Amino acid sequence: MYKIVSKKELNPTVVQMEIEAPLVAAKAKPGQFIILRVDADGERIPLTVAGVNPASGAVKIIFQVVGATTTLLSRKNAGEYLQDFVGPLGVPTHTSGIKKVCIVGGGVGCAIAMPVAEEFHRLGADVTSIIGFRSKDLLILEEEFRAASNRLVVMTDDGSYARHGNVTAPLKEILESGERFDMIVAIGPLVMMKYVVLTAKPFGVPVTVSMNPIMIDGTGMCGGCRVTLVRDGRRVTKFTCVDGPDFNGYEIDFDEALSRGRMYCDFERHARDEACNLLRNA
Amino acid sequence: MAIIPKKHESPTQPADVRAHNFNEVALGYTPEIAVEEAKRCLNCKTRPCVEGCPVNVNIPEFIIQIKDGDFEGAYRTINATSSLPAVCGRVCPQETQCEARCTLAKKFEPVGIGRLERFAADWHNEHSTDSVLAPKSNGRRVAIVGSGPSGLTCAGDLARKGYQVTVYEALHTAGGVLVYGIPEFRLPKSIVEREVETLKELGVEIVLNVVIGKTLTIDELFAMGYEAVFIGSGAGLPNFMNIPGEAYKGVYSANEFLTRSNLMKAYLDHSTTPIMKGGKVAVVGGGNVAMDAARTALRLGAEKVYVVYRRSMDELPARAEEVEHAKEEGIDFRLLCNPVEILGYNNESDPRDPKNGFVTGVRCVKMELGEPDASGRRRPVPIPDSEFELDVDAVIIAIGTSPNPLIKATTEGLEVNRWGGIVVNEDGLTSRSNVYAGGDAVTGAATVISAMGAGKVAAQAIDKALSENK
Repeated sequence: MYKIVSKKELNPTVVQMEIEAPLVAAKAKPGQFIILRVDADGERIPLTVAGVNPASGAVKIIFQVVGATTTLLSRKNAGEYLQDFVGPLGVPTHTSGIKKVCIVGGGVGCAIAMPVAEEFHRLGADVTSIIGFRSKDLLILEEEFRAASNRLVVMTDDGSYARHGNVTAPLKEILESGERFDMIVAIGPLVMMKYVVLTAKPFGVPVTVSMNPIMIDGTGMCGGCRVTLVRDGRRVTKFTCVDGPDFNGYEIDFDEALSRGRMYCDFERHARDEACNLLRNA
Repeated sequence: MAIIPKKHESPTQPADVRAHNFNEVALGYTPEIAVEEAKRCLNCKTRPCVEGCPVNVNIPEFIIQIKDGDFEGAYRTINATSSLPAVCGRVCPQETQCEARCTLAKKFEPVGIGRLERFAADWHNEHSTDSVLAPKSNGRRVAIVGSGPSGLTCAGDLARKGYQVTVYEALHTAGGVLVYGIPEFRLPKSIVEREVETLKELGVEIVLNVVIGKTLTIDELFAMGYEAVFIGSGAGLPNFMNIPGEAYKGVYSANEFLTRSNLMKAYLDHSTTPIMKGGKVAVVGGGNVAMDAARTALRLGAEKVYVVYRRSMDELPARAEEVEHAKEEGIDFRLLCNPVEILGYNNESDPRDPKNGFVTGVRCVKMELGEPDASGRRRPVPIPDSEFELDVDAVIIAIGTSPNPLIKATTEGLEVNRWGGIVVNEDGLTSRSNVYAGGDAVTGAATVISAMGAGKVAAQAIDKALSENK
């Protein structure tokens, strides 16, 4: 069992928790993920590590309440325990040799992007961060990004805070101005990452994207998390849990990933409604 | 006394009933049937059956004990060399091992050794109240990677010799393929739990949720004070066919489909684990995993289940009893067929059509058998212009796995072959000193009993090496 050390609501649907898991805390690097189960018979869900404190043995996770399991997780409080917590899984974000980087985060993806920005900042890279949210209510981690960035651009889709529009607009302006990055790291919804790649393509800037497919074991056993890369005209199957979660954005077949991500939509909607009803009745 | 030419049948659930539930198919011998079957053993001097067993169970001895009504004694005889008797009695391919060598089999059906083994183990589990006594510790620590059949066997054998054994398991439940892969109707999970509990009573410590190669490395295990490590991390990433359409929704690896059903309990009515149920299903492959996937799909409510296999029934590698059971349950075997494309739904005029991207069928080509290939089996060759389509809603691919890359990637000096399998010598020793390996991590997908055999060999070698190096 793994103790919840702290819990904080970052906005009405996004929750941050610190979990006591010393072995994971000792090893986890930005870009890696963990898998947890809330209770016995629970679903295994992958969540990217949002930070670690090796001294206290705590691992920070940030999640959006979207389905049955995240609903149940959000109802747990500090001092309570999670059934299972395993990691760190996946390959850390590649950072070596990158002097100037642009981090593009969308929505709750910013929770994953933030430790990546901090790592680049710690390594002395020049960090530009562009973070976008649907509206002001959903904004998270603005101060943390400001502290880790040489330049920060905040966007909201509805214009309720900061600049109006989506993250690709300032990215395009910066690239059009002639400024270049060694790497753009895009972390957020698949559609956002797809358009970041399309925006960067004419300028020839490398883009790393962080994939978040349906996953079960997370250790390279089930193959459910497979993605297709198109490399030199050939289609190559890769497994997000052991080969990723970071991939070359130019190689990912985003349309296929979008389709596969919707496999259990009906089932999940039903399960979430049931979880909500259970909690309402409790 | 005349010899009864055939094995006594094991009582089973009727096919039309069991096709709709996940309860165990074979119900096992009653004591009366067991004694009668035991009487068929000739107790021959040459004992070829023992040679046929990868863990060398003293088969004639335990059969005599059953004949004499000493069922608990029979269990002890088996358990002296096998850590998992109730498992082996159910999942071993006896027809190619002990029973294949049985002297009786020269003229008649062999003695039902597997069924007798299962009987003795079940008798013990039901009647014995003896608790296992942990042997006196010798204070020396060994780490085992993975709690599947090879790891549990290695752990059990070392614990009996007094070693302090820790088993590290990546998943949230111990048992490896016995819990995520083999379904309840073939191997009830309560039996695996019971075998794991017995090991704990022997003093084996089981640590869940630790991925060796990620959470801890092999080198860190030595730094923690373990003197030897056994890697039984099992088969790894599922193989796909590399044909068009494998990314459509409804295409599963057998590992994913079975893990959803078994480990994640999608087979239970109240489960929150999503899985495709009902409809028509094609399973590609002919091994035990393919049989398990096909019969699981049927029990989850599929209206039609095909097994698509590129060779003929003679080459089909699954355990004979499972193939018989599958046929009785109505699984449709499409032999000498090979998929060339998985077909999916694409509504060009409406990209938001929710049916878009789901499987609608599989296109296959008919095959014929040509000259023998490297495996000695006749190579299947496509017949020109013989393509046809099966309408299905899901395709489950059960064509094997490639070894997991995690341990290799983080263990310097650990040699692997070109398929990624860990290279070992006859003692199970790898290219790293005091690091042993066995099971699917070495051989690629194979059987539970061969993995147990490898765990056993490694345990002996570890004991010998550590005893010489005090």
